[in-house]
Amino acid sequence: MVNTADTLFIMLSTALVMLMTPGLALFYGGMVRSKNVLGTIMQSFVILAVISVEWVLWGYSMAFGPDLAGVTGTLEWFGLNGVGLSPFAGYSETLPHLTFMIFQGMFAVITPALITGAFAERMKFGTFLLFTILWATLVYNPICHWVWGVGGWIRNLGALDFAGGTVVHISSGASALAAALLIGKRKGYGTEPIHPHNLPMTILGAALLWFGWFGFNAGSALSCGPLAVNAFVATHVAAAAAALTWTIVEWIYRGKPTTLGTASGAVAGLVGITPACGFVGLTAALIIGIVAGVLCYFAIVMKTKLGYDDSLDVVGIHGVGGAWGALATGLFADKAINAAGANGLFFGNPGQLGIQALSVIVTIGYAFIMSLILLKALDWIMGLRVSPEDEVSGLDLTQHNETAYNL
Amino acid sequence: MKKIEAIIKPFKIDEVKDALSQIGIEGMTITEVKGFGRQKGHKEVYRGAEYVVDFVPKIKIEVVIDDVMVERVVETIIKSAQTGKIGDGKIFVYSIDEVTRIRTGEKGKDAV
Repeated sequence: MVNTADTLFIMLSTALVMLMTPGLALFYGGMVRSKNVLGTIMQSFVILAVISVEWVLWGYSMAFGPDLAGVTGTLEWFGLNGVGLSPFAGYSETLPHLTFMIFQGMFAVITPALITGAFAERMKFGTFLLFTILWATLVYNPICHWVWGVGGWIRNLGALDFAGGTVVHISSGASALAAALLIGKRKGYGTEPIHPHNLPMTILGAALLWFGWFGFNAGSALSCGPLAVNAFVATHVAAAAAALTWTIVEWIYRGKPTTLGTASGAVAGLVGITPACGFVGLTAALIIGIVAGVLCYFAIVMKTKLGYDDSLDVVGIHGVGGAWGALATGLFADKAINAAGANGLFFGNPGQLGIQALSVIVTIGYAFIMSLILLKALDWIMGLRVSPEDEVSGLDLTQHNETAYNL
Repeated sequence: MKKIEAIIKPFKIDEVKDALSQIGIEGMTITEVKGFGRQKGHKEVYRGAEYVVDFVPKIKIEVVIDDVMVERVVETIIKSAQTGKIGDGKIFVYSIDEVTRIRTGEKGKDAV
């Protein structure tokens, strides 16, 4: 039976999650130099177009379609064949199947967009576009099936991922590391200053991410009720706590609290709470946020020491924050919050932490190796990087024939 | 005729402009410039990474005047632009060969 309140809530949540990708475009766009702002925004914005098409053609079927050996969905639902207006009980008994499909589609959109921060300011547009389609098909769709699809092998192990800690954040974070290592540092990285060109734009993007994340996390309850409320409040609490701790840690270590730090901390908290928000209580949400802010800050400082150029810190925030969130779910999960979940270590079930750890390791390993293979192949066929001359001129002019600011 | 070129701290521009107007200077050209001297640059921090920005924003004032005014103008700029701290800037005096007012074609002293 379709429930109209649930349907309304998930349709609105879908629209909120849709807004996160343009929000991410602004978040990233403000952090690059002004000659690359359009190229950076375009990488997110065009994904909204291309992955939406990929999703309705074969993405949804691969991720959520009839299971094949726990590894992937078949193409039986290709082109949304059979995906209609009545509920599909395997995912929700109260939502039209199409509502579930489009809600999930927005997750498929934002995940590859997250990776673009790793190769910002130097990737060829054509190669990037092809990489995105291949990555969605060969990395996102399978991992999504393993974790969330009926019959998926990680789901069958009992791993908990409420809104995408492994599927969205760890997969994009691990792939971002592969991309940053393979494409190499930006020209001038470490020798000349590469500053964010418009931090107010970045703050606006962070605000839109925070706003949209309510749809992302609360909507993942797939119903309009107490569980969605728990996820909603947990999301907000963790974001606020992480924004605060990042700010304080930076204040202590660098002498001044920065706006970029506060915004980055908020995103780190949102990432951290994502897998947990529908399984943990609010004290746990607070702790997850506090730790996420500190942990992600130090992950980013480590990057500078390790010397790879993950330009906009996808690894430090989404990889590390996502891994923390997935493991924290194994610590704090409580069946009193969500009877359909499981208890974590602190509620007498240490085994859950092991299952969470396994899901983290598998996701990191698969996403990292597949991304390396895809990028290496694309580099060989068509080249990943723009020419040094084009890199100096900027992506806006050389990839898109535009400039952002004509003053 | 002389050209006075002064590099000053940006927040001092209004004071300098008013002080010069008061001693009868009727025109000037200013430019936002960046540079460094003994003041050096400043530190910026983005996501925990520190950058030293070498070039500090300054304002360059250019005034062309009759020779007899040079000392007064220089003194006025010093008085109005001085904070006593490092980074107050410098004043350069150049000789000017010729000045022409475009509207009328007047030359020399009459044109400034």
